[in-house]
Amino acid sequence: MGSPVVSLPPAQLQPLLAAYDASVRTRRLHTLLVLGCMVVAMAAASASAEVSLSRLIENIDRFPSYIVRLFHLENGQPVWTDVAEWFWGLRRWLRLLGETLLMAYVGTFLGAVGAFGLAFLAAANVAPSPWLRIAVRRFCELCRTVPLLVFALVFVIAFGLGPLGGVLAVLIHTLGALGKQCAEVVENIDMKPVEGVASTGARWHVAMRYGALPQVMSNFVSYTLLRFEINVRESAVMGFVGAGGIGQDLIEAIRKFYYSDVSAILVLILITVALIDTTTSRIRHHLIGMEAPS
Amino acid sequence: MIPGQSPDVDGLRQRYPGHFSPFGRERLIQLLVAVAAVVVLLFGMAQLDFFSGKLAAGIGRLVEIADLMLPPDPGSWAHARTFAIALVQTIAIAFLGTLFAAVLALPVAMLAARNVTAARIVRFLSRRSLDTIRSVDILVWALIWVNVVGLGPFAGALAIMTADIGSFGKLFSEAMEAADRKPVEGILSTGGSHALGIRFGILPEVFPVLVSQVLYYFESNTRSASIIGIVGAGGIGLHLAEAIRTLELQQTSFIILLILVAVAVIDFISNRLRFAVIGPRGGTP
Repeated sequence: MGSPVVSLPPAQLQPLLAAYDASVRTRRLHTLLVLGCMVVAMAAASASAEVSLSRLIENIDRFPSYIVRLFHLENGQPVWTDVAEWFWGLRRWLRLLGETLLMAYVGTFLGAVGAFGLAFLAAANVAPSPWLRIAVRRFCELCRTVPLLVFALVFVIAFGLGPLGGVLAVLIHTLGALGKQCAEVVENIDMKPVEGVASTGARWHVAMRYGALPQVMSNFVSYTLLRFEINVRESAVMGFVGAGGIGQDLIEAIRKFYYSDVSAILVLILITVALIDTTTSRIRHHLIGMEAPS
Repeated sequence: MIPGQSPDVDGLRQRYPGHFSPFGRERLIQLLVAVAAVVVLLFGMAQLDFFSGKLAAGIGRLVEIADLMLPPDPGSWAHARTFAIALVQTIAIAFLGTLFAAVLALPVAMLAARNVTAARIVRFLSRRSLDTIRSVDILVWALIWVNVVGLGPFAGALAIMTADIGSFGKLFSEAMEAADRKPVEGILSTGGSHALGIRFGILPEVFPVLVSQVLYYFESNTRSASIIGIVGAGGIGLHLAEAIRTLELQQTSFIILLILVAVAVIDFISNRLRFAVIGPRGGTP
């Protein structure tokens, strides 16, 4: 034999091979079991969700044709042949888009200010009272688990149709989500500066201001910017339930089959979101860069 | 500094002039940014009716509404049953949407990952399409699918699937790019093909990460599935929107409570499964 690999004698090799086969067999059995459970769950879920493959296959051609129709004007021409006609409502849409951005901005700003305060009450290492801490935690949990649109639906009844309900919904959700994230940031700080300030006889809020805040500020701002990106997307659909912003024109266009309007509004939203994303991620990287030890 | 002795303030001032001047350049810029931010805030609040008396009136009404919401009550057993069935449907939508999105996103993610697909143009195209899918909101996808397969939960499951293909495609491709290169090199060195390298070098390493991300999304998709009913795509959202519009406030709070419980349960289960797959810590790509 020319092989450089030295083989074990068969007597020694046999039990090893057998053990290997056995371990492979148990693993395969395990995988099969998991797959079996998945298939059962899928069948049950499909029955509940009225999944019908035949309906899907029968109508699947409507999906591409819908997308194609989005990019055609009323007169059957593709949209790019007459951009002025495509964006006929540009002035109104830009105003609504501005309103959407303002909703996201005001909601994020006010929510973030509230969340910064709550974070110090909810963080295990600096919280002034354990009861308050638990109460604040539960409150944040409630604020971020109830979907944003549900808040919007309720607020629209209380505040009437219009952006005010939408802003408040964004605000509440931001309060919950940022409150949790910021509390986690505070829990990870170095406690020595806080103890140092407290040891000079400073009161709690002073210790937080000079001991904790400088350590967490850049992280807070970074999370807030991230939340702002999310809130811009959310504010864009707030109009679906009558809570202001560009969503109200979008859903009207979809419901009434104004195809080219749908694509025009979607394009505007996509551009805005992309612009906001690149800008905020620039700022965030700048902040993180400042944070990194030089 | 020795106790009882005053610090050398003049020396400090000389060494750190920035800390002593009240308005350094940096401070001035910070101040300007803060002022601009507050001005935009006030402008926004004025534009959005914060100061028109609508706010105060609304808060009064909100308190009234919150009062009417308690205690949560489905109204009747028949209603409770309808809501429970709708809740199961919601979870089914989230489950199917997440699962199919994961299955379909895997090949797309491979096309978008640098260490799997060599052709730059393929990578670029698959990434841009994933970006586009991701930037369209799930409610818009739901409305599009309602046009294709009609009203009902099937459209909802398809909407969640579509929206998640975008997110999973990005997350999966990033996980693959973060995978260790050495197993692949080992397989290639024994004469294995590129495909074998991906199958035995990359997939086993990233699989637990992918599973953990999918489980993580299951929880957030349950929340999404509970609102897509607002646009007619099945699940409990339909009942929720109806209860709110007809001012059945006790039913509303009952449904919200159901959603919260369901999300908490799913969160608990998926966390358990996640830890079983990846171990209590780690699993971050």
